[in-house]
Amino acid sequence: MTKKLRVNGVEHTVDVDPSTPLLWVLREQLELTGTKFGCGIAQCGACTVMIEGVAVRSCIMPVANLEGRDITTIEGLAGNTQTPHPLQQAWIDHQVPQCGYCQSGQLMSAAALLKRNPQPTDADINNAMEGNICRCGMYDRIREAIKTAAEAMPETTPEQEIAKEADNG
Amino acid sequence: MGKWTRRAFLSAGVLAGGGILVGVALRPGNRNDALAPFVEGDGQKLVHAYIKIDQDNVVTAIIPHSEMGQGVHTALAQMLADELDADWNLVRVEEAPAIGDYSLYSVGRGFLLQGIDFPDIVIPTIEGVMMMLSDSLDLQVTGGSMSVRVTGTYGMRVAGAATRDMLKRAAAKAWGVSEKEITTEKSMLIHTATSRRAPYAEFAAAAAEMTPSYTPKLKEIKDYKLMGQHKPRFDIPAKVDGSAKFALDVRVPGMVYATVKRAPVFGGTVKSLDDRAARAIEGVLDVVTLPVTSADMMIGGFTAGEVVAVVAEGYWAAQRGLRALDIQWDNKGNGAVSSADIAAQHQRDIEAGADRKSDRSTGNIEDAFANADTILDADYTIPYLAHTCMEPLNATADYRDGQCEIWVGCQNPLGFRRAVADVLGLNEEQVTFHNLLMGGGFGRKSRPDWAMQAALLSKAVGKPVQLIWSREEDVRQDFYRPASRSVFRAGLSQDGELLGWQNTYVNKQEPAEAPLIPYAVEAQDIGYVQSPSHVPWGAWRSVDESMHGFFTESFIDECAVAAGKDPYEYRANMLKAHPRHLAVLNRAAEEAGWSAPLGLGRGRGIALKESFGSIVAQVAEISIMNEQVVIDRMVAVIDPGFAVAPDGVVAQIESGIIYGLTAAIYGEITIEDGAVQQSNFHDYPALRMTASPVIETHIINSGYAPGGAGEPGTPPAASALANAIYAATGKRLRDLPLNKHIAFAEGGRA
Ligand code: FES
Ligand code: FES
Repeated sequence: MTKKLRVNGVEHTVDVDPSTPLLWVLREQLELTGTKFGCGIAQCGACTVMIEGVAVRSCIMPVANLEGRDITTIEGLAGNTQTPHPLQQAWIDHQVPQCGYCQSGQLMSAAALLKRNPQPTDADINNAMEGNICRCGMYDRIREAIKTAAEAMPETTPEQEIAKEADNG
Repeated sequence: MGKWTRRAFLSAGVLAGGGILVGVALRPGNRNDALAPFVEGDGQKLVHAYIKIDQDNVVTAIIPHSEMGQGVHTALAQMLADELDADWNLVRVEEAPAIGDYSLYSVGRGFLLQGIDFPDIVIPTIEGVMMMLSDSLDLQVTGGSMSVRVTGTYGMRVAGAATRDMLKRAAAKAWGVSEKEITTEKSMLIHTATSRRAPYAEFAAAAAEMTPSYTPKLKEIKDYKLMGQHKPRFDIPAKVDGSAKFALDVRVPGMVYATVKRAPVFGGTVKSLDDRAARAIEGVLDVVTLPVTSADMMIGGFTAGEVVAVVAEGYWAAQRGLRALDIQWDNKGNGAVSSADIAAQHQRDIEAGADRKSDRSTGNIEDAFANADTILDADYTIPYLAHTCMEPLNATADYRDGQCEIWVGCQNPLGFRRAVADVLGLNEEQVTFHNLLMGGGFGRKSRPDWAMQAALLSKAVGKPVQLIWSREEDVRQDFYRPASRSVFRAGLSQDGELLGWQNTYVNKQEPAEAPLIPYAVEAQDIGYVQSPSHVPWGAWRSVDESMHGFFTESFIDECAVAAGKDPYEYRANMLKAHPRHLAVLNRAAEEAGWSAPLGLGRGRGIALKESFGSIVAQVAEISIMNEQVVIDRMVAVIDPGFAVAPDGVVAQIESGIIYGLTAAIYGEITIEDGAVQQSNFHDYPALRMTASPVIETHIINSGYAPGGAGEPGTPPAASALANAIYAATGKRLRDLPLNKHIAFAEGGRA
């Protein structure tokens, strides 16, 4: 069965069983392998993507009803810009990743948090990140990096800047 | 080749010591011609087995270890580049290919030469012996916190220094000056008197013809330029934008996907299989039964039960197919075993004491107890633990025409290659092995069972196959840290002095010194009985050190309490013969503000454990809020001898602590009807952000031989926490996981 999916601003047509979780469509059909598999039951957060700006566990999200929604994966986090998203820069500055396997998911949860709450408290951060396991235990660094990114966040998001450029251009 | 185990290897005559073996191919002679075809790229010259220099003066360090996230590629490159006097901005890294010539062999050399100065004349003999051993054992292992300790010290630094010497010699010859007058700086050769300067690249080809020394003069600490500096890790940028390639991200043209279920009762076989429903699912291509397999590995030989695999066009179809299978298993007589049975067996075996082996016996323990004013008895118990690496096990194999190409992220590429070759009936040269980034290893990825499955599946279906284990399979088919019991008796004098320390535990693996204590106790009787079960054993981050760290550092705390002494001072008073331990303990107490009183419902616990050549002390500070434990902070101090990559050491300690706390608080694998009951993160939880404490790590560079960093953070964590709980509540917890006995605060799930 064919479905139209809009991922990182690009339209794709995929032919899959509608019960297939978005995770496997991203990884196997669209070759967007930055989104990871960790548990398959919405317990670990490794598969987190944004749908309409909200953090979603793609391992339990059937593609059936995602037509017309804006899906953002780690590959699209920085938008079409050459500069990393402030969270990505903070992740590098704080040397957050160890094995790195959980980090796409961590970054997408953090990005969704800053979208709705640009100046989160420690409790806000804990709450938003509670669904993301890091078996390498880098929680302390993740917390600090989110605070750094929140401070560094531009007035406008990269997405908005692209829109602005498009308008001007 | 006979049966080699880690222990057998360690006890093989010349080799003694603890930890996993690794090493580096620093063997006599110039082997550049043999190696170049595997590693040389465009414009690059292989100057030393581990060093390439290209025309733009870029130095590439070839690292014989897997990157599990411990930052080993960067730390080892720092060691090599420092001795080479390389310009750090022009240093790159790549992982050594899994071919025999890179089998690592300063392995034994590290052990053998540890802290001993052999006359140069003896060394070639030692080299020869080590080379033979590592060849036959396929050593390319990442584990035992040995990368920096052994490969770095005996390999990378030697390679860097030897190459610098060769470059100087080549320049001296060309310039007609004395080699002694040539200096090096930032990848440049300099002859001041004649104002000549040349980049390393200019003499790379000439140096490549020379035979490197394996005993070059190494720098003294005061001359280090890169070692000890914080350098951002090479592997991090690709880990924040989704571009880092883990094994799961491998894509081979025409590949299909598979997932498996192995006999839930370890060692079981398939009695009957009805796969009609599975085959009817759209996208399912095949259902394959894989036989009982075994591998004869140096680290953890094993035999694993039969497996049913579903091969499909995608993982989702494979997973649905697997769920639709109707399988009856033959449990081979283990279908009634439970954790309770195993625990009872441990107790019986300790009480019977049959065949008790001694780890340490000093003084007269009977006299010590007879003279004691107080006798203290305590039993400690711990459950099985799984590893739950963040990346579930997976491998991609392409078998065709008697050749196999395989992509895995593992801790022992050469050992895996051999196991894959064996199971396919090929020789090793017919297997091309690609090692990719690992989403966690922790010891699990030293067993090749899943890679063998992928190879067999590709052969069975005649296509490239990516095998992906479900998390459920990962939890239920692990090689577990064993359940154990440790029984203590202590004798205290009237003023609380520890006169005798007796300890019997079940199931010894390694390192051998794990159950030993550093404290000055005259009469010690430490020993074990083996009490095997059908549950497979595996190395779990720090192996036996993690369990003994909990046992011994909790019981010494009990002794302090019984003696009416402060637990920190009590330990410190018994460490006069161990100044490094004492310094670490003192610093931890100081950084934690040990003497500052805490309010009601709060408590601190301290623990000290040496492992893998590093000494670590931790102080846990907790509060009890609403009758729940909140871990406010952990203070850690490590003496790793010398921290080559300080931030890497700090990150490893943080990681080791969270891994240890996760296990201490929640970790429990239970066996019922012969099989594991847990299956995923909902019933085998991991510590999450809300419950995760602030961690402060301090490093003491004592200048002693370098120790490990990846594992030593884990062993003291459980006892520091349990001791803090005692301090706050008066409750002594002798059984893990702790959340069976006291509640922990957690956040809600977002
Ligand atoms: S894989 Fe989706 S939450 Fe774990
Ligand atoms: S960095 Fe390894 S799981 Fe988070």
